[in-house]
This record gives sequence, structure tokens and C-alpha cells, in this order.
Amino acid sequence: MAGAEFKTPELSEFIEVPKLVEGTMEHITCFVAKPDHQEALGFPGEKVENWKEVAIDKMGDLLSRYRSFQVFMDACVKCGSCTDKCHYFLGTQDPKNMPVGRQDLLRKVYRRYFTFAGKYFPKLVGAEDLTEEIIDDWYSYFHQCSQCRRCSVFCPYGIDTAEISMAAREILDSIGVGQKYCNEIIGKVHKIGNNLGLPGPAIENTLEGLEEDVYDETEVAVKYPLDVKGADILLVTPSADFFAEPHVDGLIGYGKVFHEAGVSWTLSTTASEAGNFGMFIGSYENMRRVSLRIRQAALELGVKRIVFGECGHAWRIAYSFLNTLAGPFDFLDPDYPVPQHICEYTLNEIEKGTLELDKSENDEMSITFHDSCNVARASRMGDKPGGQFEIPRKVIKAVVNNYHDMEWDTIHERTYCCGGGGGILTDDLMEVRVKGAKPRMSAFKNVMEEKGVTHLAAICAICKSQFTKVFPYYGMDMFQIVSVHQLVSNAIVMNRKTPPEEAPGYGEDDDEE
Amino acid sequence: MSSVYALLFILATLVLVLGLARKIVQYAKTPAPLKIPTTPAPVTRSGVVMRLFREVVLFESLFKSTKWTWIFSWMFHMGLFLVLARHVRYFIDPVWLPIELIQPFGKYAAFAMIAGLAGLLIRRIFVDRIRYISAPSDYLWLLLLIVIGMSGAMMTFVIHTDVVAVKQFFTGFWTFSGGDLPMDPILLVHLTLVAVLMLLLPFSKLLHIPGVFFSPTRNQVDNPREKRHLVEWARKLEDS
Ligand code: HEM
Ligand code: SF4
Ligand code: SF4
Repeated sequence: MAGAEFKTPELSEFIEVPKLVEGTMEHITCFVAKPDHQEALGFPGEKVENWKEVAIDKMGDLLSRYRSFQVFMDACVKCGSCTDKCHYFLGTQDPKNMPVGRQDLLRKVYRRYFTFAGKYFPKLVGAEDLTEEIIDDWYSYFHQCSQCRRCSVFCPYGIDTAEISMAAREILDSIGVGQKYCNEIIGKVHKIGNNLGLPGPAIENTLEGLEEDVYDETEVAVKYPLDVKGADILLVTPSADFFAEPHVDGLIGYGKVFHEAGVSWTLSTTASEAGNFGMFIGSYENMRRVSLRIRQAALELGVKRIVFGECGHAWRIAYSFLNTLAGPFDFLDPDYPVPQHICEYTLNEIEKGTLELDKSENDEMSITFHDSCNVARASRMGDKPGGQFEIPRKVIKAVVNNYHDMEWDTIHERTYCCGGGGGILTDDLMEVRVKGAKPRMSAFKNVMEEKGVTHLAAICAICKSQFTKVFPYYGMDMFQIVSVHQLVSNAIVMNRKTPPEEAPGYGEDDDEE
Repeated sequence: MSSVYALLFILATLVLVLGLARKIVQYAKTPAPLKIPTTPAPVTRSGVVMRLFREVVLFESLFKSTKWTWIFSWMFHMGLFLVLARHVRYFIDPVWLPIELIQPFGKYAAFAMIAGLAGLLIRRIFVDRIRYISAPSDYLWLLLLIVIGMSGAMMTFVIHTDVVAVKQFFTGFWTFSGGDLPMDPILLVHLTLVAVLMLLLPFSKLLHIPGVFFSPTRNQVDNPREKRHLVEWARKLEDS
């Protein structure tokens, strides 16, 4: 419930597995999508009369279209291996936040309507009729899953609760009970081009402002181009990068890297958003529609390469799905992977020796790196498995002197979610976000105390926003979260000086305005 | 009585084979529209084969997760595997060499199997998280397997049954010319429960056996940028 009182969990030295307490998070519910949010995405505006049949039909449809869903419904042996792996369980003690507990909310209905044992011996196998209460449970607990896939790492069959949450949310959408946060945002992308609903002129303004700021600071005219036809690189970045701290410092950093590398690049108004909340609601159709804007922008601008900025779920979709959803990209330069991550790009320039870096610029900070779930467990960078862990760390270590990892069992593919991913980064789910952040906060606090780390670097817009909000709950400072390319931006030495006539405002009358 | 058992086993075999085949066909036919391997994942086919091998033989993910469950589970499954392999000699003549060779181990594997199952049962009863997710069937499976294991071990180590007659029964089974099954109560309990297991397996959580091979998070190659992955229903969206 929005604004309700709750207690921030106490941090302990070790991440302990708590005792079960049933129902601690039962009261959680997020705002329901309004009819126009729903209809814009092709879902019924309000809860349909025959919701029960529609829900069961939708479940059947998804079972026949997604092997993951079908196999995951059948294969779970209730071994319990996943039960202590979810940050929401660890932070709330609610058994329905154990991955298998969450899955079972759907599985008990699956068994009842789609399996022999559940049809004839429901009690024996824990099958249940679909009721209003179960729908409420779905709405509550499938919006307490950040689709982080930590459970899937530890399940002997790789059962991924994220897939099941996506299916559940799609079923809920199909009966007219969607989530306001996600669905409103997807509507904005369809209509305006980005999650924040920033129109083209606003982006243009912001970018001009950035150019002036960077010029004031460095006396070098770094360009932040928009809709430039014929540029080599199309940069697709989360719209948070256009204005909020620390995101925008990352964007400044990308621009400086491109500038020093001497390549032509551009942003695009139609593809002014790397994020794609279509994934969070499990809708292939919406995810595809959002992805196609990127293809269209690349074609219209005639670019040769596509590079993605710092965003976790966006990178999952870019890396793992874009070729499927919006490919083939045979019109781009075949010498480069499509798409590339900005960290891959920057590391490559660092290794080529194009960039001069002064690590001491970051000396007042000591850094640790937060592996964002979608990057860590759902994508890759570079050409070797695990590149998604090495490449961002190599970039960071090239620009800072003080770096320490958090505990081994809280990073890499075992990383703990920030608590705000998967479509729950909304104020009406603040309690879930704060409690779910507990394991990550514990690990961060430990590395602060033991190694003197001061800042947490991340490559995900959702993580950055989430940490900005939840740090203060745990007695930390919101500015302790930084963008990786903010660190790059601090360290990069600007060697390509600007001829005076290229400086922003050159030739304009001083008292023009 | 022997012909009742013959019928029961014919039925159980049919249900097991057809039931599993039906699920395997279903899994194989259901498309996986997106690349969702849990990363870091292998980037080649042979890497995926190795990953699945480690999952099936070593229970790699379970090992990463909880050592106790892993120990019990691995003891049970490897014990079961050896015991099953040992059983092959009741169905074929002459017996293959590898089956001959494991006989001495297979004999004691029953103990590993029972100990593993007992560990899993205790865990299920006493760990609050596991108890919460357990339905009656989850306990019953463990009990069923324990009783099968114990009755089998009884016959091997305590009250021997006429193994030659059992073998004659099963080798002649399909032609109803197998002769008579010895009417030992322990043997009959053992065989009845095995038939029950075979009859229920395709309708239960034991579908983890085919499931592990079809799990997209484990069996997909991590190469989405290099190779476009597109299933039929997704292709149709492109045409419209
Ligand atoms: C491809 C072969 C198989 C693999 C890879 C496999 C793997 C696993 C794994 C990893 C578990 C989870 C850990 C646990 O709770 O024990 C499990 C559980 C289980 N397996 Fe298997 N298994 C296989 C074959 C079988 C067979 C042939 C049977 C019985 C006929 C069986 C019966 C069970 C049962 C009853 C459980 C649940 C144990 C419990 O309640 O804790 N499995 N299996
Ligand atoms: S995907 Fe993440 S948030 Fe969801 S159940 Fe699994 S561990 Fe929890
Ligand atoms: S780890 Fe996998 S098989 Fe075990 S209980 Fe969790 S989801 Fe089920």
C-alpha cells in the first residue's frame, strides 16, 4: 500500500536465512492500470466478467507457446534449493516470496486445470481452483518479484521464476488487471518514444545544456548529437540518462569517450529509450513493438553500429532478444556485434590506447561494483562466458585506483538484486523495494566497513534510481551510487582540443537572450 | 496370481513409456521463442552438452546451492542408478559385461539410496521452508521409494527370494511363457510398489527426468547476437 508505515530491516554481518512468517507481505498491492493504459497495449480496460475462463485460457495459450513455462510448471520437485535465494524472502520472511512459493501460486492452478493428478486428486498434489483470492495473491506476489533470475542459478532444472512472473503478469493483463506503473510507461514509449515521456525538443534542450556544461568544465566542445543522419554509431540509452543524477554523469562520460575516440555518433528521438518494460509484463508483442523503434531509427539515420548505454534489463533485451525481435541487422557493419554495450566499446578503446586516463581524478572515492541481475544472469559482454563480469570491472579498474569487490557469494551470477528491478521501481511498492534491498545493503555495508569502500558503481538505470532512494533508509547517502561512465568521465583527459569556432555559442551575441 | 502381475507390469510399462513419450513430444513441440539461458552460459553446442552432463550426473546447480540436499540427493540418485543397472540382469540373458562388473557395488548402492532418501525425508519434515512447500504427494514419493528400497535390500541381504524364477518370469514375460513368480510377500510388495511408481511417474513431479533436458535456461547456446533465433509463431507476427 502506498505510503504505509513499515520498518527498515536491520543489517547483519552475514546474510542469514530467516524463519518463515506467513503473510508479512500479503497487504502489498500496487496501483492498478487505468482503462486507457490497458487499452493502449491491447488489454481489456477493466476486469472482465468471465475472468476465470479467460485466465485459464490464457494460461493454456502461454503453456503452448513457451516451453520454459510448460517445463517449469511440471519439473519442480520441491527440493527447496531455491527457497533461501530470493532477496525478497530474505528481507520479508514471507514464504510466498520464496521462489518456489511464488511459483506455486500459479502451479497449484496449473495442476488443477491442466494435469491428471490435479484434476482427480487435487488435495494430494496441492492443486486448487482459481478463485478471487488467488488472483489477489498473484497480483500481490508477482509484483514482489524483480525477475532477477537468482533462483534459476540454483535450481537443479534452471526453473526461472522470472519466466513465471512474466506469465502471471500476462495472464493478469489479459483479464484486465494490469499494473499501472509498467503499463502506463509502455504506453508512453509507444506514443512519445521514451519511458519518461520526454518529447524531442525537451531532449534537444537537455543535450544542448550538457554540451555547455561540459564545455565550461573542460573547454572542449564535446557534442551530444541528436538525430544526426549518417553518423557511425546510434547510441540507445535509458531516458533517465537525460536528466537525473547520477545517470546523466554517465551520459556525459559516453560523449567524452566517443569524442576522444573520434567517432561520429548520435542519439535518436524515436529510440530515445533503451528500456523496454514489455519484458516485465511478459508481453512478446509489446516488447517487439518497443524494439522495432530501434531498428527503425537505425535505418532512418543510416548508422553503421548500435551501442547501448548503461541499463540492465535493456541490455538483456538488446543482447539476448533484439536480433529475434527486430532483426536481422544485416544492414549494419558486420565487423561489430549488434548491438554493443558501452562498456565493451569503452574497454576496446582503452585497450587500443585511444584514451588517456588519469585515475587520480577518482582518488577521493573507493569503489565497488554491483553486478546488475539482467546483465549478470541474462546476457553477456565480449566473446567469452562471464565477460559481463570482467569487462565492466576492467573499465572501472582502468579509471580508479581504489577498487574492492563485495563478498564472492553476492557478486557475479550470485549477485543480489538492488530490490527495484522487473517493474517494481514505483513508490507504491516502496516497502517491497526497501526490504528486498537488504541482502545487497548488507554486502555493501560490509565492504564499506572492511575495505573502506565509499561508492557503489552500477551500469543499470533501475539500480541507480533504486539505490538513490533506498540508501537513506539504511543510513547511507544517496550520492554513494555512481555510474561507471561517470568514473570514466572523471578520469578521461580531453586531448582533442576544440577550435574556437566549434565552441558552443561561438559567434552569438553575448546579450542575445 | 502370476498372470495378474504379468498384466500389471505390461500395463505399467505401457503407461510409463507412452506417458513419458507424450510429455517428451509435448516439450519438444512447444517452442522457446526467446533466448533465455541462465548466464554465464556455454557459447557452443558442445558446451551445452557438457553443461547438461554436469547437471544430470553431478547436479551442479544443486551443489552450488545447498550441500546437504546435494549429498542426500546425489546418494539417492546414484544409488538408484546403480541399483537399476543391477536389475538389468533380470531382464536379459546373457548379461552384458558392464552389468556384471557393477554387481558387487550395485548390491550396496541400495544402502546409499535408502540413506539418501531418509535424509531428504528428514529435511522435508524438519526444515520449515521445505515443509511449507510440501504437498502430501511429496512425502509419499519419498516413502514409496524408501519402501521399494528396503524391500529390495531385504531380499538381497536377509530373506532371499528365488531369483532364477523371477528372472524366468520377466524374460518370458511378453509371451506369457515366463513361468510362475515366487509368492514371497516381500517380493510382491516390492513389485507392486514398483508398478505403482511406473504408473504414476508420467503424471507427477518425476517429470523432472525429461524436464531437465528441455529446460531452456540450461539447454540453450548463448549466441543470440551471432545467430538469429526465431520460432514459427513469432515469424507470423513479422508477416502481418
Ligand atoms: C535424469 C535423471 C535424473 C536427474 C538428473 C534427477 C535429478 C534430481 C534432482 C537434482 C533432484 C533435487 C534434489 C532432491 O530433492 O533430491 C531430484 C529429486 C527427486 N528425484 Fe530425481 N533425477 C533423475 C531421475 C530420477 C528418477 C529415475 C527417480 C525415481 C524413479 C527420481 C526421483 C526423484 C524424487 C522422488 C525426488 C524428490 C526428492 C525429495 O522429495 O526431496 N529422479 N532429482
Ligand atoms: S526471479 Fe529474483 S525476485 Fe523473482 S523469485 Fe527469483 S530470486 Fe526472487
Ligand atoms: S530449486 Fe527448482 S526444483 Fe527445487 S524447489 Fe526450487 S524451483 Fe522447485
